[in-house]
Amino acid sequence: MLVTSAIISGLGLGSMYGLIALGFHVTYVVSNTVNFSQGSAMMLGAVLGYTFAVTLGWPLPLAVALSLLLCAMFGLVVERALVRPFAERGSNAWLMATVAGGIVLDNAVLFTFGKEPRSFPSVLAQKPVEIFGAGVYPLQLVIPLVGLGIALILHLVFHRTRLGKALLAVVQNADAARLMGINVRLAVAVSFMISTALAGLAGLLIAPLFNVNSDMGTLFGIKAFAVAILGGITSAWGVMLAGLIYGLVEALVTSFFGSVYTQIVVFSVVILALVVMPNGFFGRAAVNKV
Amino acid sequence: MLVKPRMPKLFRSLLLAGAATLLAATGAAAQETVKLGLVAAMSGQSAKSGEAIVRGLSIAIDEINAKGGVLGKKVELLVRDDESNPAKGVVAARELVQREKVAALFGGLDTPVSIAIVPFVNGAKVPFMGVWAAGTPITRNGAAENYVFRVSAVDEIVDIALVDYAVKKYAVKKPGMILINNPWGESNEKGLKAALEAKKIPYAGVEKFETNDVDVVPQLTRLKQAGADVLFMVANVAPSAQVVKSLDRMGWDVPIVSHWGPAGGRFSELAGPSGAKVHFIQTYSFSGKLAPKGEAVLAALKKKYPEIKSLADVTPAVGIANAYDAMHLTALAIAKAGSAEGPKVREAFYGIDKYDGLIKSYAKPFTPSNHDALGPDDYIFTFFKEGEILPLTN
Repeated sequence: MLVTSAIISGLGLGSMYGLIALGFHVTYVVSNTVNFSQGSAMMLGAVLGYTFAVTLGWPLPLAVALSLLLCAMFGLVVERALVRPFAERGSNAWLMATVAGGIVLDNAVLFTFGKEPRSFPSVLAQKPVEIFGAGVYPLQLVIPLVGLGIALILHLVFHRTRLGKALLAVVQNADAARLMGINVRLAVAVSFMISTALAGLAGLLIAPLFNVNSDMGTLFGIKAFAVAILGGITSAWGVMLAGLIYGLVEALVTSFFGSVYTQIVVFSVVILALVVMPNGFFGRAAVNKV
Repeated sequence: MLVKPRMPKLFRSLLLAGAATLLAATGAAAQETVKLGLVAAMSGQSAKSGEAIVRGLSIAIDEINAKGGVLGKKVELLVRDDESNPAKGVVAARELVQREKVAALFGGLDTPVSIAIVPFVNGAKVPFMGVWAAGTPITRNGAAENYVFRVSAVDEIVDIALVDYAVKKYAVKKPGMILINNPWGESNEKGLKAALEAKKIPYAGVEKFETNDVDVVPQLTRLKQAGADVLFMVANVAPSAQVVKSLDRMGWDVPIVSHWGPAGGRFSELAGPSGAKVHFIQTYSFSGKLAPKGEAVLAALKKKYPEIKSLADVTPAVGIANAYDAMHLTALAIAKAGSAEGPKVREAFYGIDKYDGLIKSYAKPFTPSNHDALGPDDYIFTFFKEGEILPLTN
């Protein structure tokens, strides 16, 4: 029972990390940049979802769709204002700019949404079902499925469609891609929009299991970045699997050694894994040809 | 190109505004008031606690000022947000003491913040009155000249009370501990172990968890397998709610005897119906039949803060009640000292004989060996029902 509940907890949390980490993957493979305000985008998804569905009482599908759309708009703003101006100059300052953008958003939400954590009710997180003697909310089973589904879609899009190949071409040689008629700026902007929408989705999925507050994304953002690196940021499958592994290790360490050791052990494993496999579990040293 | 000419103008107006504020501040001050400072969480997860403290202090200040203030001056409260962050708390305390020259400081809910401020106030010789944070070493800090006083619970004593309650109410044989992973959790781990040791009760285990942990099932499963029959819980509102939700999911119905963390916010909403199973400690409740002083303070609160409509809006009562009594005691000390100088006020705290307060009638509340005005007999056990904290009848 200890193992079962640890595995289920771990897979649920792990897929959250994976989902946010997929956002890092998407922008990285298209533009070689990442958005360090992913954690804040996750929080934004949850806060908007709460505002639309609970405060305003709108139907859930509408609330979810609108939240994801607005998260995507946030991604667009991040790309336009915090990444492009620096990346086009060849500067790495987008790194700090996106971190700062996340802090600005967290604080803006703190003042508008409010200071107190709120509860996001969901029919999928009310009555636990029993699996191998461990209680599980249906939502905890939905989350890994959503995560794997999205990894599959991203994999297919990047490797099987013209659009995906066009997006991947951008990172290899932006000028050549432009000459081939690919709208490079649009491609990069879209990748950021997808990335923050994925984080927003993670926020909406986790909110009923947790709560909604303005700093809920910070720790998730950090862990998700560790996961993205571990998974070898260039592979969607790798990132998602690394998320699941990370979540599992976290839950198993807590179960067998006690929570005091969780962060020490898990992050030591991260460092060790990177020493042994500098490109992550599933990454390649260089981007493969498309 | 469009932006450029506007920038200097913006800077200029900012500068002007800044200068105007400075002028206004220095002009008006001229020490016509006795300034008192509060460093507490006014934002973040524990924001409601800061609001409660401000309300308790303000009601007391209104009463004091209506009677002419202290030292012939009105009392003025300056509030700073520590965002539950020890570093920010110290910066705020420094600013209040060095720039605003406050006569005394009040502290907030977070033990780590208060512990960080303690060495500074002892060095600066400014009285620091704790009204919420319960960490034992805040007042028992080992300083030769201790400027820290408290009208609140003390972890070490709370832990004894928690164990007593678990024995009396649930005949506990082997409790487990689920504690937040910070200095506050640490302080209670020590206290609970000592209290259990004194009663020769073995414990099933000690588990820690983080404020932002989503899932506490692994920790709780360990305690369950070790045979815990009661859980002692020490954590603030949101993490406490995560413990309750994790227990729900496990289907483990175990009594929870808790420190007062859940009292700081929307615990009923976050934890769901099972939140009512958590029995936690308080120093005061506005529910039930109140003494005349309680009625008067409640009426004053409703009058001053029209958003208070029901008793659910005066939770957590501890923040209000502790702050109210602490402000009156501090005013008494300043009046007795005849001065707002720190060392004199500190001595005067020891000289307070009697004060008929909201929580109780204080007799010699502070002595050089005891800087805590409340003791084990001043605690009550309570639970949440639909957003309201109700006292439990044992």
